[in-house]
Amino acid sequence: MMNKTKNRKKIIEDIVHGIFFLLGMITVLCVLLISIYLLVAGIPAINKIGIVNFLFGAKWAPTYAEPAYGILPFVLSSVYGTAGALLIGVPIGFFTAVYLAKLAPRKVKSVVSSAVSLLAGIPSVVYGLVGMLILVPAIRKLFHVPDGSSLLAAIIVLSVMVLPSIINVSMTSLEAVPREYEEGSLALGATQIETYMRVSVPAAKSGIATAVVLGVGRALGEAMAVMMVSGNATNMPSLFQSVRFLTTAVASEMAYSSGLHRQALFSIALVLFLFIMLINAGLNLILKHKKEG
Amino acid sequence: MKKRIMGIILTAVMLAAVLSGCGNNAAAPAASTAPSEAPAAAESAAPAEKLSGSVSTDGSTSMEKVIGALGEAFTEANPDVNFTYNPTGSGSGITAVTEGRCDIGLSSRNLKDEEAASGLKATVLALDGIAVIVNPENPVGELSLEQIAKIYTGEITNWSELGGNDAEIVVIGREAGSGTRDGFESITKTADACVYRQELTSTGDVITSVAQNPDAIGYASLASIGDTVKALVVEGVAPSEETVKDGSYLVQRPFVLVTREGEELSPAAQAFFDYITSADAASIIADAGAVAVN
Repeated sequence: MMNKTKNRKKIIEDIVHGIFFLLGMITVLCVLLISIYLLVAGIPAINKIGIVNFLFGAKWAPTYAEPAYGILPFVLSSVYGTAGALLIGVPIGFFTAVYLAKLAPRKVKSVVSSAVSLLAGIPSVVYGLVGMLILVPAIRKLFHVPDGSSLLAAIIVLSVMVLPSIINVSMTSLEAVPREYEEGSLALGATQIETYMRVSVPAAKSGIATAVVLGVGRALGEAMAVMMVSGNATNMPSLFQSVRFLTTAVASEMAYSSGLHRQALFSIALVLFLFIMLINAGLNLILKHKKEG
Repeated sequence: MKKRIMGIILTAVMLAAVLSGCGNNAAAPAASTAPSEAPAAAESAAPAEKLSGSVSTDGSTSMEKVIGALGEAFTEANPDVNFTYNPTGSGSGITAVTEGRCDIGLSSRNLKDEEAASGLKATVLALDGIAVIVNPENPVGELSLEQIAKIYTGEITNWSELGGNDAEIVVIGREAGSGTRDGFESITKTADACVYRQELTSTGDVITSVAQNPDAIGYASLASIGDTVKALVVEGVAPSEETVKDGSYLVQRPFVLVTREGEELSPAAQAFFDYITSADAASIIADAGAVAVN
């Protein structure tokens, strides 16, 4: 009798185990499906256009009588836009995280933390709308340019959008630094700021690096907000010119495209996908390096 | 014990069924509005006998809203008719009807001579006016087609050349592939030559951007224009439903139904054709943003 119950328990256990395994596999399946689909859908157009013409062509004119499919302006705009957003977003996010994790009084911390969480929850279309209605006209008046829809507007919107992930992840890793490290430093006569910047921050290095990489992913992958403030013309990136990112190139023309034009949009998606993969690989490398070092 | 195991297996089977069901459902709506709720809408002004069969249309993406609304109204009155619309572009739609791959071809331009000569019949369903819009603060209120073309090709870059303020013109248009852009560029003869400052992806975006920038110029479907922007007088004619209808406002294009000359449509397709060219359909066409001809 005892044996029977045991057996039965084991069977149930195994079945539940199996169900969990199946559910876990759904994620893997999705990733595989998307990767394979993107490869299958993206490669034909690259072959037809030629990889050099595609990646390094400076002119995008898919509907012209003599079409051109160069995505260099999109690649560069995406890179510049992301770099610009990090240039503004990382310092702000980093110092906010240090302040919140180490220096802020409890009340201030709870207010700022909830504001950061709220920022993370705002849908990107709202960022885009606010950018379009307030930021774009402001840039036009402030810098006396004919039109405010520009790379600068995209950079500013993106720098706000990357803040939550940078702040949250850096803060968590700063808070995880053992108290003893800091107490030791303080006991040796270092000031508070010296302790936090020279002891806590280096100890939380890998977490902060993760935060930055997450920020890169967020900025590179954003489409909606960028589309609404950047003007979408296919120019080479320049601060006050309207530009088109890789993401917006796909999103803006998908609706009416057909034939090679549509295939080329899949190829752009593939390029974007590879970019993000590279960044994730970079992130893993950083984390691994840290474990070994 | 057996019961418990059976229960778990049953759960697993049901889970699998739900998952596979999802896959099926996802594919179904793509096949357009299928006749599903048969008894519900049968009474509304439908002909005495029940119509069944299929109506296939193929062509212009610009006509999506108009033909979609008409198709919806038609299938509501005739739930047994299967209506499909394949948005491929005017050229493909004309080819499809020539080759007999659809009942009615949709074109947002007039037939070329060689197309008409190949035995096709064009029936104008509606007219679509494209308004050229500027900010209400802009003193310029009238332009010629030539001036508009010069602005969009980058020959004229400052409003002062047109009697306006000394400010750079911000040229706003639609994305490549958009029907409005295609229509505008072919009317102003600026195809493949436009230099845009902004390429936006919807009529609403164009209107909002022009409303915000005093130096901007854009184009948008006439029906969507509100008070936030000023529609320009083109070649001395202000855009309105009347001027589009009588042809005096030039920035417009026809929505054309293309059928094969001398060949009878199927009863369902003929009923659809008669319905959308009747006066009853005019208000639906107007709601979808075009000017009905009938």
